[in-house]
Formats: sequence, structure tokens, C-alpha cells
Amino acid sequence: MVNTFFIKMTKVLTDAPTIRIKGRSFLAVVLSPDLPLDEWLVRLDDLAARSAGFFLGRPVVLDVTDLAIDKLQLAELVAGLGQRNVRIMGIEGARPSMLGPGMPPLLKGGRPVSEMEQPPTEAAPTEPKQHPKKATAQEAGSQPQSIVINEPIRSGQSVIFPEGDVTVVGSVASGAEIIAGGSVHIYGALRGRVMAGSVGNSGARIFCRKMEAELLAIDGIYQMAEDMAPALRGQAVQLWLEGDMIMAETLS
Amino acid sequence: MGKVIVVTSGKGGVGKTTSTAALGAALAQRNEKVVVVDFDVGLRNLDLVMGAERRVVYDMVNVIQGDAKLPQALIRDKRLETLFLLPASQTRDKDALTPEGVEWIVGELKKYFDWIICDSPAGIERGATLAMRHADMAVVVTNPEVSSVRDSDRIIGLLDAKTLKAERGERMEKHLLLTRYDANRAERGDMLKVDDVLDILSIPLIGIIPESTDVLKASNVGAPVTLADARSAPALAYFDAARRLAGETLPITIPGDKRSLLGKIFGRKAA
Repeated sequence: MVNTFFIKMTKVLTDAPTIRIKGRSFLAVVLSPDLPLDEWLVRLDDLAARSAGFFLGRPVVLDVTDLAIDKLQLAELVAGLGQRNVRIMGIEGARPSMLGPGMPPLLKGGRPVSEMEQPPTEAAPTEPKQHPKKATAQEAGSQPQSIVINEPIRSGQSVIFPEGDVTVVGSVASGAEIIAGGSVHIYGALRGRVMAGSVGNSGARIFCRKMEAELLAIDGIYQMAEDMAPALRGQAVQLWLEGDMIMAETLS
Repeated sequence: MGKVIVVTSGKGGVGKTTSTAALGAALAQRNEKVVVVDFDVGLRNLDLVMGAERRVVYDMVNVIQGDAKLPQALIRDKRLETLFLLPASQTRDKDALTPEGVEWIVGELKKYFDWIICDSPAGIERGATLAMRHADMAVVVTNPEVSSVRDSDRIIGLLDAKTLKAERGERMEKHLLLTRYDANRAERGDMLKVDDVLDILSIPLIGIIPESTDVLKASNVGAPVTLADARSAPALAYFDAARRLAGETLPITIPGDKRSLLGKIFGRKAA
């Protein structure tokens, strides 16, 4: 370690309270309707009759992947669910053109979780299968706490790993992003954006062989390329958080 | 079974169609059966560059929709016996391409041709993803400037995610074709240097095509540059790239390093 640079936030950021941007993951119930929709809604009513308030207070995502419906039918479906007090917070698998203003936003990149327990049923289970289940602490403990990626991260790709550290053996391109719950290690040039400690880990750090990042963030404190000390450009750098300030130093 | 190559770039205007035609004609001159396929439905150009625009009767969409048989839509080149063109439709849009239709056409073409070269439209939407879907290898056409490089990077990501090969867990072979390269401008810093581009994209280089008026001249007379003027600098670079595609190992020359006559004249002028 040769030099220590204290990177000052821009004046605006130090004078005004900083804006914290964080990643956080929530478990959502995913409803995957099938055709014909009116029959499916009847089965949904049946489920709701057995356990009132099953959807109450839960984030619900509508998965319409492979469902042959058009924009109008989708709007009707969302309205129909609304009448049943099922409020849809996002839609998965729809074409952007199917979602006009007033419709829930499009969601992407959902990962399946093991089946969610359903209210007791006597009849054959006719419900959609993709009910996620709350991950227990135990399950979280058994998951890997770090991932290693042996390829460059290309423009437009995003790596989201809230569980822990991300190591990339290769470069992160301009327009690519990495969001990690823990630290991020890049054995290559960092030209894209990295958000470390995204789930509230202020001890997370960012390491890279060649600093050319567009945006960096640790625990929601972020910094744009133009606010970075020019002397860090092109250098091997590590970054960490002290209070509300991102600190950086070159690695030798 | 033939090999399917997609010529793609993300960005428009970097030389996909020119390169498709030039590589197709170069491979066909090796006496291999080649078909160049235009995937740019609605904005077709390959027929013009191949000089076949007045011979288009049926196109790929006609074949997909069952209005024509595949051999009826194939146009044989007048200069090269082994070179064929499958044109795109100009009156439709990309939605006329169906995944099943494209799969069938590529499957059929593989039976009869050694090389199927798919000219991808710009962008990352339906036309581009369908063009790359069945590819065995990809030629990523890039100009030495930042926006083209970043778009190529995006396309490489898609090649590794959205192609059949990637979905089967296999590795897509990707090659970088650097076009419109001007050694003097790169030296002056007006353009990215070869090493800069390779550093960012990190895929093997298959050729560097020098910026040249020969390319435009060839397009305007409706001939691939490897047919119009086989001894011009861009044609020689395309011939070498085609040999590398066919599996030969050749050293890559960076135009300008060799100091061709043209390079010398321009080099002096710049100095």
C-alpha cells in the first residue's frame, strides 16, 4: 500500500444528508395463472374461501410467462385480482408492451425458493405451484457465502448475490453491474458499477486490479466516477467505508 | 453437417453485411458450399451487397409461412457456383420470423451447405436473437470506437446466454473482426488501438479490416469486396479471416504495421 487517498464526497453530498440506496430482497408469493382465466379465478376464490387473508400483507407477483394473453386480458386479470383484495406488486414474464401506465411494474431475475406451505386443502391441489417459502436462518446458513465467476462480466449483465462475497476472475465491462451482500473482488479491470454490502454491511469492501468504475457503492453510500480521485484511475485499488465516506487506497 | 456462423455486432453500421458478403465469397472461393442468410427482415441489404437485388422472388418469410419451398428462395451467385443467398423480406418486420421457422430453415440449410452465414440485424431484439440462436460460432464485428466496443460486449454476453449452444451448457466460439481500422488515426489516439479493444472484449481476434474506399466501391457495384477486387487490402484481410474461420492458424497483421504502399503514402501525409 503506497498512498492513501481520502476521497471526499462532493460538496452537495457532504452538506446535505446523503441519499442511501440499498438492495434488499423480499420473498414474494408468485401466482402463475393458467388458461382459461375465469376457471383459474374460481379456483383462487376457492382457496381464499378456505383461508381468508392468505394474500393479505404479502407481496404478490404475477407470473405470466408462457401465458398466451394480451394486454387487455392482463389488465382485466390484475383488476380481477384487485377485486379479490390481491394486490399485485409486480409482473414477471410479460412483454414490456403489455404493461401500460397504471399496471404493476415488470420484474425480472426472480429465483425460485422451495415450495411455500399452503393453507390446508382437502381437495386436489389446484393451486399454482410457485409459492415461495420464507427461507429460514438455517437454510441461509447452508447456502454458499461467496461465489467465484471465471468469466468477464459483459455490458448489460448483472450479478446479484445478496448472500455474500463476489469474486470475478476477469473484467467487469462498462454497463455491467455487480450487487453483493458482502465484498467484491475483481481480478481485472472494473469499468462498470459495483455495489458491495448491499444488504446493510458496512464492513464490505471493493477490490479491483484496475479502477475505471462508473459507480461504486458500499452499504448504500455511493460515489460516481467523476467524484473519484483521478489518481486512482487505472490503479489497483481497494475501497471501504468509514462512517458515511468511501475511502480508497491503491494496492501495491 | 454445415457450420452455422452468426455475424453480429449490436451496433448498426459497423460492417456486418459487408463482412457477411466478403467472408461468404471468400469461403466460396475455397470451393466450399456457402449460403449467406439475411436476418434483417424489413431492412434487408445483403441482396444489394451481393448484387442479387433484382433476382429476389421469394424470401425467408415466404419459406417460413409455407408460400415457397426453400430451394425456390435460394439465389445462386452469378460469379461463384458455390455461393448462395437467402434473402430477407423487405415488406415485413421481424415478428414474421418465428423461432420454429428459423430452426427448420437452419436445420435444412445445414444438410446442403458447408457454411451458413447469418447476417444479423443491429440491436438485441428478436431479429438479432433469432439470427444467433442456432449458431455454432460467432463473428463479432466491431469498429475501434467506444460505443461499438460496448455494444459488442453486450452482444457477447447474449451469445453466452441466449443461444442454443449456451443453453446446452456448451461454449460458443466467438471471434472478433475489427473493421474500419485506420492505423494512423489509432496512432493519433482518435481511435481505439487493437490492444485496447482486445483488452475490453477478451475474445480471440480473427482479422483486422483496414478502412478503405474499396469496401464502399465494392458495395456500390453489388459485389462482395473479396470478389470485386480480390487484391485490395480489405479483401486480403477478409481472405485471411476466412482461412482462420476454417481453422487455419495465421499470424495477424495489424494494417499499417506492414507499411503497405497505401499506408506509406498516408503515413507521410500525417507526419
